[in-house]
Amino acid sequence: MSVLAPARPTRGATTAARVAEARRRRTARRRAVVVVLLALLVLVYAASLMVGHTFYSPSEVLAVVLGQDAPGASFTVGRLRLPRASLAVLVGCCFGLGGVTFQTMLRNPLASPDIIGISAGASAAAAFAIVTLSLTGAQVSAVAIAAGLAVAVVIYLLSYRGGVAGTRLILIGIGVAAMLDSLTSYVLSRAAQWDLQEVMRWLTGSLNGASWPQALPVLAALAVLGPLLLLTSRDLSVTQLGDDAASALGVRVDRTRLVVIVAAVGLISFATAAAGPIAFVAFLSGPIAARLVGPGASLLVPSALVGALLVLSADFVGQNLAGTRFPVGVVTGVLGAPYLIYLIVRTNRSGGSL
Amino acid sequence: MTTQAPPQAPTSPAPTAHRRRSARARAGWLAALALLLALLMAASVAIGSRDVGLDDVLAAFAGSPEGFDQAAVAKRIPRTLLAVLAGAALGVSGAAMQGVTRNPLADPGILGVNTGATLAVVVGIAFFGLTSATSFVWVAIAGAAATALAVYTIGSLGHGGTTPLKLALAGAATGAALSSLVTAVVLPRGDIAGGVRSWQIGGVGGGTFASIEQVLPFLVAGFALCLLTARGLDSLALGDELAAGLGERVAAMRAVASLGAVVLCGAATAVTGPIAFVGLVVPHACRLMIGVDHRWLIPFSAIAGAALLTASDVIGRVVARPAELDVGIVTALVGAPFFIMIVRRQKVRAL
Repeated sequence: MSVLAPARPTRGATTAARVAEARRRRTARRRAVVVVLLALLVLVYAASLMVGHTFYSPSEVLAVVLGQDAPGASFTVGRLRLPRASLAVLVGCCFGLGGVTFQTMLRNPLASPDIIGISAGASAAAAFAIVTLSLTGAQVSAVAIAAGLAVAVVIYLLSYRGGVAGTRLILIGIGVAAMLDSLTSYVLSRAAQWDLQEVMRWLTGSLNGASWPQALPVLAALAVLGPLLLLTSRDLSVTQLGDDAASALGVRVDRTRLVVIVAAVGLISFATAAAGPIAFVAFLSGPIAARLVGPGASLLVPSALVGALLVLSADFVGQNLAGTRFPVGVVTGVLGAPYLIYLIVRTNRSGGSL
Repeated sequence: MTTQAPPQAPTSPAPTAHRRRSARARAGWLAALALLLALLMAASVAIGSRDVGLDDVLAAFAGSPEGFDQAAVAKRIPRTLLAVLAGAALGVSGAAMQGVTRNPLADPGILGVNTGATLAVVVGIAFFGLTSATSFVWVAIAGAAATALAVYTIGSLGHGGTTPLKLALAGAATGAALSSLVTAVVLPRGDIAGGVRSWQIGGVGGGTFASIEQVLPFLVAGFALCLLTARGLDSLALGDELAAGLGERVAAMRAVASLGAVVLCGAATAVTGPIAFVGLVVPHACRLMIGVDHRWLIPFSAIAGAALLTASDVIGRVVARPAELDVGIVTALVGAPFFIMIVRRQKVRAL
């Protein structure tokens, strides 16, 4: 838990020195957290390559990863587990980044894209594109992005009444999300074959049937939009001070906001087009990362890592530790929802802003 | 039902500018609504993926159906009845919840209460081997009551008491949590009747006379409880202190009305699965027609709710022909814009 390093006054230290000291400590902590998260991510990634219906030793897995031919393992690890685990990491990064961006920008942890309906919009569009229009690959991603952006605009416009109040935006987003989820159900029921796996994928998110062609667009999106978001992260954290203060500090508020929204919605939509709206990952990553890192540091990289770790571990749990193979979205939903309630309880009790 | 409230001095409780409406106008609305409901019921029996003639419909009502057409009609009769009953229950439940919490966003679906009832039934089937429809109803009511209490507690923590926004957020979060749990419980058990889908999206397609018979006593009891407290709900709209000053036993009255609301939505959910937004839309629409007097509002909500759910069911059968759309999908598509409209009109203050 982050105790706001109270900068204990050492004898004779000037204010400047204390501030510098506190900042150094925060940077060190952030770096440590990132390293630990990376290590954990590698561990779980390796575990999800090795463990499954059949266990493969690390050497076999390594051989497959390096491109050598290993009897049995080549198919199971190379064609099934490797794309699945990689897609989990990519999608998790996208959700983590997109979620924390929205939460930072709207200054409210409840304003994450999966709660205010942006993921639901991308998901409904992707389901429509795949099931009804029989599109594939990049076209699906394009449709999902267009829908995600459209939903973002619609929610913004609907909640605009002499300024946008955060809570109104969230409630309207919840309403929009309910509608879009029904639309998804509608699209799927029109498809004649009500396939449970498909349904779970577009309603809660699932990594079943993950393949490289699915993962590539996500990778491209992450490679382009991720750095873009990181570049604007300083401006983004300044806008948290409020629009007036931010422009006084030299931030072009509108441009920053536009870039950030497009990039975040893009990430979310690409990820959703590949794996469905994995429940609560975008919502959870930011607050968890904030707890780990402590105040005052940029949350983008840590929450991307937290998101990846969440999706990867939830998929691991859903695949191996439960009696049945649960889709990843069910696991994250069961884990994430209590946290959402806890967050609301805590907010209500403290009476402060979320 | 119509003769119930004498027109003497309605207490005009809401702080908003509320025009008195004469009993005649109300009776007119009531007749119009009842006519609409009758038409919708007729449509619900006659329209479906199989077109039938009028004589087939009449023959099916006469009993002993012959041939596909009459059998189809015979299947639609209990379904229509279930839609009417469940719609009435949800409408009244919503009206009572909005009265008890004094909150325009209260609805058994939005507050997560229906999902709580669903989870209780699913857990009962999966882990405790419940089989009889009567036990479903009891369990569903218990689940609904527990959820309603939890959501209300979460939503009223902190200073400022229960605001509409806090309550709606708490309900949405709880609903999301519970529906994840429902999926987690049902998914590994393909044997649970109807599978995942019928427990996640409410529908009336599974209605039979037997299941209706099971819930009917509960629905009647819940409806009676809500009607009994209608007058108290009017006083409550003035605020707790004033209501107590007017001689209401506020806590007891609240408890009875909540019990009625919970029994209604729990029993309805036990047969249909979670259906949202009916309890939200219907009371608001009725208030536009006849004002805020609960003694009128509750019977009106019953008829309007029945009409809305029956209409939604018919729409769901027409648009997706030859397949059909579960009524829960249709009510969400119809109701969510309404929810958004109310949120937009609310004066939002930060949580």
